[in-house]
Amino acid sequence: MTMTGSLDRRAVTAKLLEDRGDLLVVTGLGSPSYDAMAAGDHDLNYYLWAAMGSAATVGFGLAMTQREKPVLVLTGDGEMLMGLGALASIGQKLPPNLTIAVLDNGHYGETGMQTSHTGRDIELARFAEAANFPWTRIVTDMDGVSDLRTRMQSQSGTSFAAIKIAAENLPRALPPRDGVHVKNRFRAALGLSTI
Amino acid sequence: MTAVPAEEAPSWQDEILPILKSFDVRHLVYVPDAGHATAIREAEKDNGITSLALTTEEEGIGYLSGAWLGGERGALLMQSSGVGNCLNTLALQTMTRFPLLMLVTMRGDWAEFNPWQNPMGQATEAALKLMGVRTWRADQPEEVAHLVHGAATMAFNGDEACAVLLGQSLIGEKKWVK
Repeated sequence: MTMTGSLDRRAVTAKLLEDRGDLLVVTGLGSPSYDAMAAGDHDLNYYLWAAMGSAATVGFGLAMTQREKPVLVLTGDGEMLMGLGALASIGQKLPPNLTIAVLDNGHYGETGMQTSHTGRDIELARFAEAANFPWTRIVTDMDGVSDLRTRMQSQSGTSFAAIKIAAENLPRALPPRDGVHVKNRFRAALGLSTI
Repeated sequence: MTAVPAEEAPSWQDEILPILKSFDVRHLVYVPDAGHATAIREAEKDNGITSLALTTEEEGIGYLSGAWLGGERGALLMQSSGVGNCLNTLALQTMTRFPLLMLVTMRGDWAEFNPWQNPMGQATEAALKLMGVRTWRADQPEEVAHLVHGAATMAFNGDEACAVLLGQSLIGEKKWVK
């Protein structure tokens, strides 16, 4: 049986990014990058377009250096599944300012909506729990999204949420594809030079 | 069978971490190998460095990309087998350009006992070059510090991906005991 949620991914993303303050955002390739873009381009968004499985590790490295700012990794279930080992690596350090939010529709949306492992009842939040994340949730309603946002902004412990969204392909909002540009503007916004 | 390194921490191993620190490396991320044992051990004792074990080598590319995004430098240590795990993820460096310094201890290279190590070991340098990584190779102990210094200079001054391959003859022939 294929399992999917019902939340609107764009509404979820907009809620997480509301009044974002100092929030630093890393997005996984595909729809999560479009979702963040649809909520409004921002200098402190770092959009990945490839390197599948790397969203969590990029956010981890960022959280370990910008220790005073909340860091959100916004990615999809397929992207997270390709980087499951990263949860174990993160579990060794558990930076309190790091939140991983998986927009989990149980499908590979970019490639024709094939069912993913999470659509076959493999629950990502349990992996994060096994990796000693102090806060893991399966989010199925917008109140849960609000709780996640509060938790993220409070930087009170490494957090992981599998957010059960509807499986649908929405109109794409394409972020900039010039990775050097996105990197340089992100660093400039933190007061850092290009090299 | 148990692998026993032929030599205990030869002196070139002692040189690695001080060179990295001279470039203000703050993150040492690795999948362990015998040739990196000294650098890893010393980094773990050093409060100025975050040392991090990875489950697979490509995690280090993402991590160092994020650390650089946040303003700090790092280096990635691995065995040559791990280069194969990194290939697709190296696109992250190519497309965003951040300093990526990799130190790679070789297997399947000189006097390899285990032939299963040979396919990736023999393809390591070519695979890195195919993905746009600049490579240097040290086979003599006195070459190591010089080449690591050079690769670090080019990585950190030029936002480049640079790898130093540390030949298997540096580490010594493994003695296999039943």
